[in-house]
Amino acid sequence: MDTDKSQRLFRSADPDLVGLEIGNRIVLENRRNEALERITIRGEEANLAEGLLALQKGALVTEISLNFRSADYLWQFSLKGESLNVSNFKTPKIALPESPEDLEGFVLEKAYLFDKILQFIEKTYNLFLKQRLSPQWQTDIVPKVSTWMAAKRTTLKNN
Amino acid sequence: MGIQSPSASISRYHVEGRLEKPVIETVRRGLKKNIVVDIDRESIETSVGWTSFHKPYQPNFEGPSFIFGTVFVFSLRIEKKTVPPKLLQKHFMLASAERLAKTGQRYLSRNEKQVLKEQVANQLIQRMPATPNVYDLIWYPEESTLLFFTNLKSANEELETIFLRSFGVSLIRLFPYTAAELMSGLSDSERDVLQTLKPTDFNK
Repeated sequence: MDTDKSQRLFRSADPDLVGLEIGNRIVLENRRNEALERITIRGEEANLAEGLLALQKGALVTEISLNFRSADYLWQFSLKGESLNVSNFKTPKIALPESPEDLEGFVLEKAYLFDKILQFIEKTYNLFLKQRLSPQWQTDIVPKVSTWMAAKRTTLKNN
Repeated sequence: MGIQSPSASISRYHVEGRLEKPVIETVRRGLKKNIVVDIDRESIETSVGWTSFHKPYQPNFEGPSFIFGTVFVFSLRIEKKTVPPKLLQKHFMLASAERLAKTGQRYLSRNEKQVLKEQVANQLIQRMPATPNVYDLIWYPEESTLLFFTNLKSANEELETIFLRSFGVSLIRLFPYTAAELMSGLSDSERDVLQTLKPTDFNK
């Protein structure tokens, strides 16, 4: 798939976005057979080949950790598909309040930092939803994803 | 794991309904009505209630302590006492022996055993301190949204119950379908498609 195009799409959800990368954890589940299969890929340098194989067998990504970069700042978080719950949420560091007078400023800044990502998730989800509910999902997007998976399979075989 | 933690977990909610005006006083009243109760010296197993974000063990909702700019920030405190089964067994056996010695009975009936066990459990619960868990929340009244800083199912269920009881408005958890219904501005035809969605097979 076109990486620049996807980054542009994500940037339409937040113009400050510099880069959105997959973090150190992806969970895939295959519920199509009677038994549930779960594959977890961990580690900064993890090889995604196993994940691709699972996708080809019909698994879907159910949880993913993501790194969101904006200017020199980094947010890290995990997102669950089933619940849209966010966990392991790390915002850019800010100084902890040293006195009760600092508390309001700290809370408001932290609330802003959390909200920036939650808004990004909401807008990205809305973009996805518009595509998912449009007729182009079946005619355009699904064939593109299938072609991408087939191309990756060929690359993996050749390596 | 709250607002001040280096790593947080967040569940998102939509607040359904309108708060009575003046809003700040309605919220303050709701917080005071269900303020967390200390159960350390009580024979009560669980206490669930609101507490202050900045002083979770000395809750106080007088003044503007829960107002931060245009948002409300406070916490849910859940206190629990759990008697370890082995501890209960030990004290029950000691109490049974004492009862038999006192009454001269050879054994206790099933009913007597049950009553005694409950008495022992109550005595232990009264003597033991409760374990507190504090979960922060940020409420954006202008956007009718709320962030709750845990993904723990039991804590989320307690929040949903006490929130309605306190403020007279309900919380709707934002998961993919409710987010689509409430937050995505879908057209009627898109809503119709949403109702009939099936998982996509990318391997056809």
